Amino acid sequence: MSSASVAELLSRSVAAWCSGATGVTDAKRLSGGASQETWSFDITHPDGAIGAILRRAPPGYGAAPGRAAGLDAEAVLMQLAYDAGVPSPKVLHVLNAADNLGTGFIMQRVAGETIPRKILRDDEFSSARPKLARQCGKILAGIHGLPASALPQLRRMDAATEVAELQREIDNFGWPRPVFELALRWLRDNDPGPSARISLVHGDFRHGNLMIGSDGVRAVLDWELAHLGDPMEDLGWICVNSWRFGGIDKPVGGFGAYEELFAGYEAASGIQVDAARVKFWEVMGTLRWGVMCVGMMQRFRIGPDHSMERAMIGRRSSETEIDLLRLLAPRRS
Amino acid sequence: MQDEPRPDELVKAVADFLRDDIAPQISGHAGFKLRVAINALDLVTRQLTLSSESDAAELHRLTMLLGVNGSLDGLNRDLAEGIRSGNLDLDSPGLKEHLWQTTLAKLEVDQPNYAAYKREAE
Repeated sequence: MSSASVAELLSRSVAAWCSGATGVTDAKRLSGGASQETWSFDITHPDGAIGAILRRAPPGYGAAPGRAAGLDAEAVLMQLAYDAGVPSPKVLHVLNAADNLGTGFIMQRVAGETIPRKILRDDEFSSARPKLARQCGKILAGIHGLPASALPQLRRMDAATEVAELQREIDNFGWPRPVFELALRWLRDNDPGPSARISLVHGDFRHGNLMIGSDGVRAVLDWELAHLGDPMEDLGWICVNSWRFGGIDKPVGGFGAYEELFAGYEAASGIQVDAARVKFWEVMGTLRWGVMCVGMMQRFRIGPDHSMERAMIGRRSSETEIDLLRLLAPRRS
Repeated sequence: MQDEPRPDELVKAVADFLRDDIAPQISGHAGFKLRVAINALDLVTRQLTLSSESDAAELHRLTMLLGVNGSLDGLNRDLAEGIRSGNLDLDSPGLKEHLWQTTLAKLEVDQPNYAAYKREAE
């Protein structure tokens, strides 16, 4: 669908739910594949323009694929998070049939930066960086504390299921992966068992999905992979080396220490962090990202997205192999 | 036997041309795509230059480790299967060092600027 027709539909939509709105300007597509799109636009309003984001599956792409929570669930989760004081964009409108825009929702646009290299290196973020790990701990405590009774229907995941899924994907590659096998073996041998505490898990809490400003984290984005499971999974995922972007001695996103993340979490939740579980999920996350890299390369081979970028991502899976060896078979103590 | 120049020389010449003469003229999304393309060509050059030696060393280690002869692909499948079944683990003589050497050789081709690789290759 062209920018002009999306803008026209958005203009009609905002008039229906945003009192005083007279139209939209600057509608532009930001990212996404065929089944899911993100658009940025400004709502024209007598009190001043309102920055907004549309996340939608266009008409005909209703069902959420595989692991995705679905856009309706994302909207509910984002609103719950916002109401609970977790930095989050306010949900302005959930799309309905009259909008003719498919399924999805419109949220407030939060200003800030998501590009890791800028966040980790630019002067603008120098005063925020030392606070980020602790802040991430606090935010995760907030997410995990959202009341189960209010949550939408979500898939339930545990470590054993996740290992079995990864095993199946590795089998489908048809290409020998001794380091991945070592990691699978380690995960089987070190599975801490079902977590006594089951909570909402964001599922993709890392650089790229955190809107960060000079004052710190301003919004948690992209709840697409939200599910129910071991809350320690989120703490492990943000420590995966792939999200440190060169800052390898600062395990939390390349900006902080484990202790800071854990302290922020414990202070906000009153619940002690299980460091062994966090390490387990860090290993799982490292392997999962490696498997995802190979999977994207395979879609380059068989799928319509025959792009260089996808092909080259296959050559990043070896990054996760060295990370796995550093975790599981370190050469120096 | 094919004539010279070798594939690595040709690919490197193309990558250098794109980097030095074309990239300065291109911006925006096309510029981003061009950088990805140059990175891909550089990777191919590294593989063409480095992999015959690293493959030979890997094959030698695998033959020692598994005690059988075979192709690089076949022995890697045997190794993967051995680790999966638990017949081989980090206590198996030579296994850990083999995985490290193999992985470092992959990174030297794939992502020589990856921070964890640079740290380990020091």
